[in-house]
Amino acid sequence: MFDILRERIKQKHRTMDWPDGPPPELPPDFAGVPTIQPHCPDGCTACVQACPVQALEIPKTPDMGVRLDLAKCIFCRACETACPEHKIRFGKEFKTASLSREGLLVSAEKTLPRSVLLEQANKLFGRSLKLRQVSAGGCNACEADINVLGTLAWDMGRFGIQLVASPRHADGLIVTGPVTQNMKEALKQTYAAIPDPKIVIAVGACACSGGLFANHSEQCNGVDSIIPVDLYVPGCPPHPLSILDALLRFVGRIDNSRLLSIGE
Amino acid sequence: MPSLFRSISNGSGFPLQELQTLPFEGWKKALCSAVEAGAHLSSLSLLPNQKLLAVLSDSPNHRVLVGVTEVGKSYPSLVPDCPQTQLFEREIFEQYGIEPIGHPWLKPVRSPLEMANADQFYKVEGEEVHEVAVGPVHAGVIEPGHFRFQCHGETVLHLEIALGYQHRGIEEALKHGPDLRTPHYMETLAGDSSIAHATAYSRLIESMKQAEIPPRAEAIRAIAAELERLANHVGDLGALSGDVGFLPTMSYCGRLRGDLLNLTALLCGNRFGRGLVRPGGVRFNLSSDKIQTIKTRLNAVETDVHSAIKLLFNTPSVLARFEDTGIVSPSTAKQIGMVGPAARASGMDYDVRRHLGYGVYNDLKIQLPRETRGDCLARAQVRSHEIAESFRIIQQLLDELPEGAISIDLPNQLEPNLIGVALVEGWRGEICHVASTDAQGRFSHYKVIDPSFHNWFGLALALRNEEISDFPLCNKSFNLSYCGHDL
Repeated sequence: MFDILRERIKQKHRTMDWPDGPPPELPPDFAGVPTIQPHCPDGCTACVQACPVQALEIPKTPDMGVRLDLAKCIFCRACETACPEHKIRFGKEFKTASLSREGLLVSAEKTLPRSVLLEQANKLFGRSLKLRQVSAGGCNACEADINVLGTLAWDMGRFGIQLVASPRHADGLIVTGPVTQNMKEALKQTYAAIPDPKIVIAVGACACSGGLFANHSEQCNGVDSIIPVDLYVPGCPPHPLSILDALLRFVGRIDNSRLLSIGE
Repeated sequence: MPSLFRSISNGSGFPLQELQTLPFEGWKKALCSAVEAGAHLSSLSLLPNQKLLAVLSDSPNHRVLVGVTEVGKSYPSLVPDCPQTQLFEREIFEQYGIEPIGHPWLKPVRSPLEMANADQFYKVEGEEVHEVAVGPVHAGVIEPGHFRFQCHGETVLHLEIALGYQHRGIEEALKHGPDLRTPHYMETLAGDSSIAHATAYSRLIESMKQAEIPPRAEAIRAIAAELERLANHVGDLGALSGDVGFLPTMSYCGRLRGDLLNLTALLCGNRFGRGLVRPGGVRFNLSSDKIQTIKTRLNAVETDVHSAIKLLFNTPSVLARFEDTGIVSPSTAKQIGMVGPAARASGMDYDVRRHLGYGVYNDLKIQLPRETRGDCLARAQVRSHEIAESFRIIQQLLDELPEGAISIDLPNQLEPNLIGVALVEGWRGEICHVASTDAQGRFSHYKVIDPSFHNWFGLALALRNEEISDFPLCNKSFNLSYCGHDL
């Protein structure tokens, strides 16, 4: 008993100040939201050639610069390295979410949507959101970074957000993985078991688009091919900060109108 | 002992034609007698020319043995003589329809829906015997799998595990590589073992190209690998505490696991080490500033980890739940070919780092703690010993980090008609990658064996005669990968 108390004092209070204080320090090589510059050199396709997941597209008018689909992007930075004119740069911005797939298409002219607030989610779940997690082909990295939100460093319980054991207890699903053929039915049934009104959150490149496994016949190219998705959190895997930030802005626990945190 | 099999060192690439095809009986005898003498079947797969390729890790003799034979449409099953082959034979049957005649239970490996629809599960019948079905969707944040328990009251008479829900078709997609996606597939084979699988792949390519990477790259790879081991072992000890309701260590270790992942992120920007290890070396250097930061943070984490773990092992109510729960006897572990910490908790003396040394592990003296009880306590203790050892290894490597380059230029193009084998010790145990190239120098076959492939059957056996309520504890004490098995 005394050992437990002594250890409790020694291990200290560890829950982070964010969102009231500054966010936890991100590593120097962190790959956050990319910024894209217009005016690609004529005929250059270096970034498109380098991308392992076909996330980049050069529009008909190369003056606009490339278009990057963050739903597909695994944030490997191959395009950044390949671009001879450094038109693509991955910054420190961790706020990556979007309410729609289209919102994840970024270019020189279009950045990520500023707000991911869903009015109805705010009204219904703003003070209490219970989620059931389903891994449908996830590699256990997205799962680990969702799981970590329950630890005392992140403690998402302080916002009324909790992962629950049964879909019957849940307000929605948080899904990882491209949805394998073998998990399709289980995902549908889990979704059906959640009482209405309900929400679905797709976490990670696989869940958003199939990611690295897109077009493999063994999977379904992401969650929204099976059930409707309300919130997309891209990344491979997304940083826990990106996931928690997305959840909090989605239900209106933190202010969406606040300017995006400073990029590079 | 001389063997008909070809003896190679860990990390070898050589022309396919040098591998003489053995007559089936001789091949089988060589395989079985090597296993009898203490070798372990690391991989059994079908080459594109319809030949069976066996890779054995002969740890007592510090060598790898490979042998091929021809089988046609069917062959006499090896399982009665060498039970380790059971899952491999089922896999080959499922993928290619080549039948092992006399296999005791030729059921699917990665077709769980077929299993369920045909109700192919083993059934115990009798008064008061009942069946409990769990999954594929579980209560926690965990990958999917189906568990079918045959119970009498609370006692589990038999557990059958049906996997395949995570099957993403990676091995098929690896064919015709290496290409842009290949290293990323490696890092997502089992996301918590990104470093280990990326290292196995890189070593495979390097050995097929007879390339040596700079010592600094080897050291950085090992630092990352030990950080990966630490993060997972620490996280699992926390989760084990949670499974027996001991919340202090659960809370501390949960946080500390995150701190360790953040150290990996310091190396390369990603908490799981994505993008760090590539054929030819590593992609991120360690500046002296970074080294200093890692050392300082690692020391703080180490102190907290050790006292959090000490608390766990000094609490009688925890020990009472861990002790004698989920036993896998040393003889069973050996027979079914278990690997990694789970095997070392059942008395086995095999660690790829020590017995089939690679990279810096050739020079590091690794203390290999073993336990023999084979229960949850032993598995927790082995993890705890390995945590201490990994901290020591990282500190030593940081202190003695060689100067120089961190990579060599290694083009993707491989020589035609080669075969390569590389093994590494992931945090779950032995990881074995085997590949061969076609006439164009592209992969014609790429076989990945994650340690989970060897160990899932161990978990099933550990549950026999246990209480069903101890399943979460036993499961976590192994903490196997679903996607690493399903590929």
